[in-house]
Amino acid sequence: MAEQDHQGEKTMLRKKLAYRTATALAAGLFALAGIGAAATQDVIKLGSITTLEGPFATGGQDAYRAMEMALEEIDYTINGKKIEWIRESSNAQADVALARARKLIEQDNVDIIVGPLSGAEGIALRDYSRTLEGKTIVNGSSGAADTTLRDASPNFFRFSTEGTQWMAGLGNHVYKDLNVGHVALVAADYAFPYAQVMGFMLEYCQAGGAVTKLWSPLNTTDFGSIIANIPQDAGAIVLIQGGTDALAFLTQYAEAGGDLPIIGGSITADQTLLSARGPHQRLMEGMLAAGPIADLNEDPMWVAWVSAYRERFPDGFDSPSIHAFNYYTNTKAVLLALDEVGGDLSDGQKAFQEALAKVEFKNPMGANVRLDENRQAISDIFLTRIVNDGGTLRTAAFGKTEGVTQTMGMDREAFLALGAPSRDNPDCPPAN
Amino acid sequence: MILMSRTQWAVTALALAILAVLPLLLPDFWLSGILGRSLIYGIVALSITFLASYGGFISLAQTMLAGIAGYTVAILAPTAIPAGQNAVSYWLAMPLAVLAATLAGAVVGLIAIRTRDIYLLMITLALAVGFSLFAQSNIDWFNGYEGIRNVVGPELFGQPFRAHAVFYYVALTVSALLYLMVLYVVRTPFGLVLQGIRDNPRRVSALGFDVAVHRIAAFAMAGFIAGCGGVLITFYNIGITPGSIGMTATVNVLVMSVIGGLGHPIGAFIGAVIFTLIDTFAATIYDRDRFNTLIGLVFLGIVVASPDGVLGLGKRLTGWRKQRDAGDGGTPH
Repeated sequence: MAEQDHQGEKTMLRKKLAYRTATALAAGLFALAGIGAAATQDVIKLGSITTLEGPFATGGQDAYRAMEMALEEIDYTINGKKIEWIRESSNAQADVALARARKLIEQDNVDIIVGPLSGAEGIALRDYSRTLEGKTIVNGSSGAADTTLRDASPNFFRFSTEGTQWMAGLGNHVYKDLNVGHVALVAADYAFPYAQVMGFMLEYCQAGGAVTKLWSPLNTTDFGSIIANIPQDAGAIVLIQGGTDALAFLTQYAEAGGDLPIIGGSITADQTLLSARGPHQRLMEGMLAAGPIADLNEDPMWVAWVSAYRERFPDGFDSPSIHAFNYYTNTKAVLLALDEVGGDLSDGQKAFQEALAKVEFKNPMGANVRLDENRQAISDIFLTRIVNDGGTLRTAAFGKTEGVTQTMGMDREAFLALGAPSRDNPDCPPAN
Repeated sequence: MILMSRTQWAVTALALAILAVLPLLLPDFWLSGILGRSLIYGIVALSITFLASYGGFISLAQTMLAGIAGYTVAILAPTAIPAGQNAVSYWLAMPLAVLAATLAGAVVGLIAIRTRDIYLLMITLALAVGFSLFAQSNIDWFNGYEGIRNVVGPELFGQPFRAHAVFYYVALTVSALLYLMVLYVVRTPFGLVLQGIRDNPRRVSALGFDVAVHRIAAFAMAGFIAGCGGVLITFYNIGITPGSIGMTATVNVLVMSVIGGLGHPIGAFIGAVIFTLIDTFAATIYDRDRFNTLIGLVFLGIVVASPDGVLGLGKRLTGWRKQRDAGDGGTPH
């Protein structure tokens, strides 16, 4: 009997607890759900995604600095409408960027998203944007070619250039101006370097050059076998590696007594390499590369932008990073298009998206930016050289290729027929 | 056979009924972005909890198994970008994907057959990390770092799979079925032997049961569960990348299982809901640059307050009340 009583009591208690928990949960759910429901007409909601966690956290921070600058320039107002900026953070993983984008669109009801920062995230958001109606996603700093080249989405816009475009002009410069007919290519074995290699080789092979490819996995520490395999008759090394991989290669190459000129990719000459001390510095001075920005550029727009950046963010970088530059350029395009339509986002953002597709302006490097029919930027790419600027190594622009298209000046059909860049595509090995 | 006591049935039925009518009450984001997402990751966490609570095996390879199902469905998907050579209908791709995960689960069980505790953890971790690195460097099948995109899932009742209500109900149905399946299996002779292995493998062996075969079967079943989750996760993420199965993803699912509580299968889903809520709203509640600190502190708090997760906390609370009631004159027994 006592046993039964106790059982009954336990059941009661369980029921009570279950009931209370359910009530509390339901109450909590509705309270939270209510937050997202209040949206007003005279506020433009701008969401953004960058990486404040993971390997690119410092770049993500810098990206938000630049976005803040762009928004402060117009005092967060378009035609009397306030811009509400909702920031989110990812960790450079596609799934996380997608979850954040869903939250921004579905929970926070943002009208426009600026972001993300890295390649796979960009492709994930491109796919998500295709499922949306009346919403716009504008790239942050992601640079995978396929985001806009193949299967483009009508709701995804990119005002920054991508990995293949960034190499424009370098192949011709190496072959024609430096008179190097055979280079050793030392590159990391994944998608972004493939795109960069394609950008370089399209020009270089066309001009008549030959390339010996030496691939290494990401995060390689020992380049001994690669250094041993550099051909005797190579006139230069094209190094498409980033961060610590590039540092490891250059250090080991310098220690092995290597003295071939180094041609870098767009992410080779980053701060890891420029600020590190060691034997690699001997090879760094004079290293060539190509990309959308350079630390030193005589264009007055760039000079003014860098000094505004330094003044606004004394604890920021010495010179704004490529992510800051890309986020600024993309945000600027959004603000210009919003201004054009007076902040009117009605009718499924039709007028706004049309204005966005037609926006034409100058980015902080002083380069003209406009979009092609896939909503991908056509802009100028700079040849850069590393110079010793009073004891610090910096990149300086010394030439530019104007109006570089995503198809590298080729016909779209012909370019697509070349196929996606890979280890073996394109290819122009030396004859012997 | 009794799966649950009458009260537990009542609570389960009530919970399912509430979950079934939620689409009428909740905004879309809460349906798919919070609850749906919790359910599909909860399924993968369920496979960890099943192995841990009834077999005593902590496996870190479950996210990898979900990934094997995800990659299988992505490679076979008719809408995939880049398109595979062997695209088939989603209705064929899905069972094949779950089958692949089940087989892979058995293989993991076979590889880890002689290991327990920390060594099992190490072997399964090595497999998980190895597979994600392989997926990242393999271009031909897995398309490397960028992964396979645009895996949108089949149409159901003339609606796209990603429609909030469709996705939610599918996730709910699959979760409920797998949950009941786990409760059923642990009461079959197979499940009882499994629990015997957990408590004393040598004695079970002496009784004439083949411990190795039971272990492999348990891992295969966990692979089946994780595979179901993996297919749904791939549809939810509109594709799969190596990041979906990397270290972070593996640890996230483990965290869900642990904060929910490894003592009972429902802990997986409780943990998944808590994880998803914090992961989604931490940045809104707390400083955007440092919200990971908040996430870490909450999880640390839960584990410190209750080593057996939220589930254990609940049990201890009711146990504490029971004791107090007993002190008040209840009948001790």
